[in-house]
Amino acid sequence: MAQSRSNKAFLLGYRLYILAFFVFLAAPLVAAGSFAFNDSLFPSLPWQGFTLDWFFNDTEPKLGMFHDRRLLRGLYYSAIIGVMVSALSVFVGTTNAFLFVRGNFPAKNFFYIIMILPLVIPGVILGISILVMASNIANGIEDRFNYEIDFLRPGIVLVVLGQFSFVTTITSLVITARLKKFDYTMEEAALNLGASRIQVLRTVTLPFLRPAMIAAGIVAFLVSFENFNTTLFLVGSESPLTITMFDRMAKVGSTPVLNAVSFFLIVGSGLLALISVVVQRNAPSD
Amino acid sequence: MQSDIKRLSLILLFAPFALWIFLLIALPHIGMVILSLREKVAPRVYEFGFGNYIDFIQEPIYWNTLLRTGSMSILVTFLALLIGFPIAYYIAKIAGNRSKGALFLLCLIPLWVSDLIRAFGWILLLRETGVASSFLLWTGAINEPIEFLYNDVTVVVGLVYTVILFMIVPLVSTLDGMDDAMVEAGYNLGGSGFTVLRRIIIPYAMPGIVSGCIVVFMLTAGSYLTPILLGGKNSSWFTEQIYDQFITRFNWESGAAFGFLLLAFTSLVVWLGLKLTGQTLANTVAKS
Repeated sequence: MAQSRSNKAFLLGYRLYILAFFVFLAAPLVAAGSFAFNDSLFPSLPWQGFTLDWFFNDTEPKLGMFHDRRLLRGLYYSAIIGVMVSALSVFVGTTNAFLFVRGNFPAKNFFYIIMILPLVIPGVILGISILVMASNIANGIEDRFNYEIDFLRPGIVLVVLGQFSFVTTITSLVITARLKKFDYTMEEAALNLGASRIQVLRTVTLPFLRPAMIAAGIVAFLVSFENFNTTLFLVGSESPLTITMFDRMAKVGSTPVLNAVSFFLIVGSGLLALISVVVQRNAPSD
Repeated sequence: MQSDIKRLSLILLFAPFALWIFLLIALPHIGMVILSLREKVAPRVYEFGFGNYIDFIQEPIYWNTLLRTGSMSILVTFLALLIGFPIAYYIAKIAGNRSKGALFLLCLIPLWVSDLIRAFGWILLLRETGVASSFLLWTGAINEPIEFLYNDVTVVVGLVYTVILFMIVPLVSTLDGMDDAMVEAGYNLGGSGFTVLRRIIIPYAMPGIVSGCIVVFMLTAGSYLTPILLGGKNSSWFTEQIYDQFITRFNWESGAAFGFLLLAFTSLVVWLGLKLTGQTLANTVAKS
């Protein structure tokens, strides 16, 4: 009796701890998002009433995010960079999955560890090392041939390459995990029925991988969108959204328009993350 | 004929991997090390030497910052494990089937929200005119606004907050695979709750624990936004020094040396952690 009572008390305490954790998890996000609806020039208490001005108003001083040119441009660049990183990293992730699940070559385990490494290299270091290499190549070519290669200077191409360099590890792991579950007999059956290797790949294997490829693509897009450390060193005049927001936070001080952007990003990335989870969960296994 | 096709397809599959690793990982890092070994003797004149590393050793601010970053990152990793493990265990083993999925989803959805927004949220809560201070004023617990930002405790809390989901998610997947019968057997053989935790659950979860710790430690040591925004100008985080050398002083040689030192230092800590726990990179991070 006493035992079960103390067990119950323990379970209650445990549940309270879980609850406290999720409150802790939500608190800053709620704070960052909810001040977007406060009818005030500053993101702080007291609450001045509900407004959507920080999203839609088109005049200063309460310029809403959908009329703020610089924020919109940041959003646009972030989206372009995200799509490019996502497409590239899903492609290489897929070839990596086939390489490590199907391929047989010497030192496979060693190369597999090499594939993991970019995920544990600090982003700042990826950023500076790629910046250094690109500048060296560009300077060398300029000195020798007197020809300027623009895309090796900080800008969108370098940002995409920098993010791609570690996002590919994530996509490779997701797609590899799925390919490992694949039942070989399905391919054999298709081959026995007279399909060519390309046809088998296109109609049997790739459709099986599709949920993982979509989920990996979404995760790659999200990681690219929120990345700051690597991007910071590679960015040129086309600043993605996180950089634009950071500049504004540091220099101008914040108005609730940044809360509006935060709300937009929290909801947007939450929805995308939800889709990636659902796509993977509903995938038929085997 | 058949083996030729096999070889060709292997080469075609290996090419993207090799290009990626060689051009974007290996070559840039080699370039960074070479750059860090150049000393500037006059404008546009360089000599090979260890001057940038000697500068690092001779200036206590630099290596103090690196040691501080390292020790605080270890503290953050430990706290994230301590706070996160019970959460992961609850989600994987105690919650009912339906609430389990919902709770795990609640962990996955905010996983990819930017550090910038998380830090921004903490600033709004903790600054002098922020929610916490206003609330305490309103209840009468304090008479003047309090500044909760710009101290080490806030930086540590903010860092734990930023990285803890990267600890919980791999732990949930690992613990999910554990058979409940193992825990019951432990109790039936007379083990106390603590013994079962120490002898059965933790050894089973070790790959997940190590994997979470590696990712969390690397993310913390390499983080930039959270220490800067929550710790202010004097947060002394090593990534800030790298940024300072590269962008503010335009001293790329020294910045490259700092980058290499950060990489070497964090790799050393991870290597020691793997040795101490008897795990390898392949059976931890690669599995999550």
